Amino acid sequence: MTLILEAAVLGVLTGGVYALMASGLTLIFGVMRIINVGHGALVILGAYLSFVLWRNMGVDPFVSLIVTMPVMFILGVILQIVFVRPLKTDREALSVLVTYALALGIEGLLGYFFTSNYVQITAWYDTASFPVGDFHITYVYVYGFLLCLAILGAIFLMLYRTTFGAAIRATMLNRTAAQLVGIDVDRVSAVTFGIGMATAAAGGVVFGITNAFNPGSHYDLISRLLTIIVLGGLGSLRGAVIAALVMLVIQDITAVVISPVWAAFVFFVVLVAVLLFRPQGLFGITVRDRV
Amino acid sequence: MSLLQVDHLSKRFGGVVAVDDCSLSIPAGGITGLIGPNGSGKTTIFNLITGFIAKDEGRITFKSHTIDGLGPDRVYERGIGRTFQLARIFPRLTALENLLVPIRRRGLRALFARAGWSDERTKAMEMLEFLEIGHVAGVLGGSLSYGQRKLLELGAVMMAEPELVLLDEPAGGVNPALLERIADRLRTLNSRGTTFLIVEHNMSFVMNLCSEVIVVQRGRQIASGKPEVVRSDPAVLDAYLGA
Amino acid sequence: MKRATNTRVLTAGGLVLLVGLALALPAIAPDSATTNIAVFTMMYVGLATAWNIMGGYTGYISLGHAGFFGFGSYALGLLLARLAIAGGYTVFLFVPVAGLLTALLAAAVGWFALRTRAATFVIVTIAFMFMLQLLAENLTSLTGGGAGLGFPNPRWRGDFYNIPFYYAMLALALLALVVSWSIRRSKFGLGLLAIRDDEDKALAVGVPAGAFKLTAFIVSAALVGMIGGVYGYYVTYIYPQFVVDPLIGISMVLMVFLGGLGTVWGPVLGALILEPAQLWLAYNYGASRLYLVLYSAVFLLVILLMPQGILPSLGELIARRRARLAGTVGAAP
Repeated sequence: MTLILEAAVLGVLTGGVYALMASGLTLIFGVMRIINVGHGALVILGAYLSFVLWRNMGVDPFVSLIVTMPVMFILGVILQIVFVRPLKTDREALSVLVTYALALGIEGLLGYFFTSNYVQITAWYDTASFPVGDFHITYVYVYGFLLCLAILGAIFLMLYRTTFGAAIRATMLNRTAAQLVGIDVDRVSAVTFGIGMATAAAGGVVFGITNAFNPGSHYDLISRLLTIIVLGGLGSLRGAVIAALVMLVIQDITAVVISPVWAAFVFFVVLVAVLLFRPQGLFGITVRDRV
Repeated sequence: MSLLQVDHLSKRFGGVVAVDDCSLSIPAGGITGLIGPNGSGKTTIFNLITGFIAKDEGRITFKSHTIDGLGPDRVYERGIGRTFQLARIFPRLTALENLLVPIRRRGLRALFARAGWSDERTKAMEMLEFLEIGHVAGVLGGSLSYGQRKLLELGAVMMAEPELVLLDEPAGGVNPALLERIADRLRTLNSRGTTFLIVEHNMSFVMNLCSEVIVVQRGRQIASGKPEVVRSDPAVLDAYLGA
Repeated sequence: MKRATNTRVLTAGGLVLLVGLALALPAIAPDSATTNIAVFTMMYVGLATAWNIMGGYTGYISLGHAGFFGFGSYALGLLLARLAIAGGYTVFLFVPVAGLLTALLAAAVGWFALRTRAATFVIVTIAFMFMLQLLAENLTSLTGGGAGLGFPNPRWRGDFYNIPFYYAMLALALLALVVSWSIRRSKFGLGLLAIRDDEDKALAVGVPAGAFKLTAFIVSAALVGMIGGVYGYYVTYIYPQFVVDPLIGISMVLMVFLGGLGTVWGPVLGALILEPAQLWLAYNYGASRLYLVLYSAVFLLVILLMPQGILPSLGELIARRRARLAGTVGAAP
């Protein structure tokens, strides 16, 4: 029983990271109607950036975010302008291919510079833990969770309290209508992509501390992230967060109750189960432009 | 015996009642107009009849069979076609190919038959000529003008010879000359046996073309009868002009 | 009218020439290096053509076809193992069985995946592929897991080794082409294209979209499964991550986009261009990680520079030239 409880708690904590990464991904879909299959690779890129800063300059991983988040943000804006904006026709399909190509390119570059050996970022406090009931929780997981909460909170605030946030939401609801009321949807798209990248950087740090990773890790990551945003409903931020938490808890409990091997499988099983009854995901709106 | 019978149809979207205990009866053979102020639920009624959205309550009967719950393709198979408020055609197919898409007979032979194919192509060309757009047969739908699209849409719906055709604002965005041509074609098609139900805001179009008019307001029928009678019905005037 | 008959004769002649060339290839260049390239190129001709039947005609992009490829591989391998079939030409007779099994899987996956619209569909196919990879890796008693699954060794060897495989791939590629072509000309095919343009409008004119999409999906998957089966036999030993490989899945998609999405010959052209290039890249740069970078660069160039694909772009150019010559477009100076 304690094992299950511990797994559940761990699930919530890691769920926070996935929630952060998934939120960027679902925002990008909501605003630009594209599936950024490269999101996983960008998270890994963020992880490696922090890794380099930590290994070569001894910068604390969480502190490195001060550098990596802005850098990734700008990178995101550039990537969107160069690779996504030119796609006019067949947007959804082509963007999948483009972002996949970017993912491969990033994987290749990272592999070239870092080889395929597994690495992990470690912080001086990462093995320290505090007891909760019958088990221990490592501080690092908690810090990571708090960071994710903070950034998610900031995103929600931005979306619902600022004018730019309103512009983002408007573009998500109806791109043409947003243009008609004077919103520069191109700029909104570029900035949203940048925000997505920044969240990937943050997610990358926490992911990199709690997992060993190599350039090929993005496949595993993106398959989970995509599953999460579909479960939550494409474009729904709330849905992505809830789905991430739920999925990670289920996964971690499965790892303990059945086996770690099937924990990964359970991810997709839940996807199948949910889509059977709700093809639009938990919080998705049936965006079928019918009549 | 009415061709299409709608009984106590209701549909709610969240808090908005779009269709409210609406009952209609469409006799076979005529051209009936469906009019009413904006937001009175006319297009929703069309969507309910043709299976694009599911009803909350009520029953829809066509040729004495219940058709509620059927998807749009089954509804077309039964014999009800429709056009859309903003003319919809297939942009990456040619005008001719657009007319070859509609299907009423299923089955492997119908779908892969070579023999029937040339008959269909001839029929499609005839339809294009009838609508006076034969000269754009090889042009992609996406390159056609709006007026040509409207005609093409009508032609496509008619290809599988549905008994009842629902037209959603056929006069919308159309210049007077083309409008007269459309009205003329509709009269000819009607004389050949197709029943029409037309949602329209252009009053003169409705009055000239329709043998009968039904008026809806806030999702329910408030009047029906001959155009001249309906036009002077106080309830109707109130609906259009009142608060 | 004479011009139409002339084009007809030319096209027929060209086709005969192409097929003849393909049939005679092993005689022209019998060295194993060339025939190896030929096997893989023909494999992708078939894969791309098959994928196009779903992705190109209906517009529903499946990024999980590698799953069907791998499933076909494992299906054939397991079938051969269970029935204790020795290596030889008889193995090829079982390929259609692998295709049938893949069709059954596709029916189940498709029924489920097609309940959703375009964007979710893509993700569901990706999820399916990862599920299959996980199953292949973890159902060790069945598939051998990470240790892989072996195929019986063929009876022929040496320089001749590749040749039967080449003809097997050629046969499947031709099958895929015939299927793709007959679909394209039929009412069923028009229905698929209508679904791609405007699915709801297609429904409104009676196209049974659900049944049509599922059929296209099953046909597409079955062909891919059969090709996967032959591939397994060719490499004699398969491993989960090399046979349920996202790169295979994405390559066939890229080839179709390069050649022309939704055309019959576009996938063929795309495969003929990209697969030899891919093999060349792998041969010269495969060891270093630069392979992926270069591949990614090629990928991006193709999509950004020619999003329409070669054949449609060419077609447009020709149409514009013809219009200009006929004097209907632009004013003569």
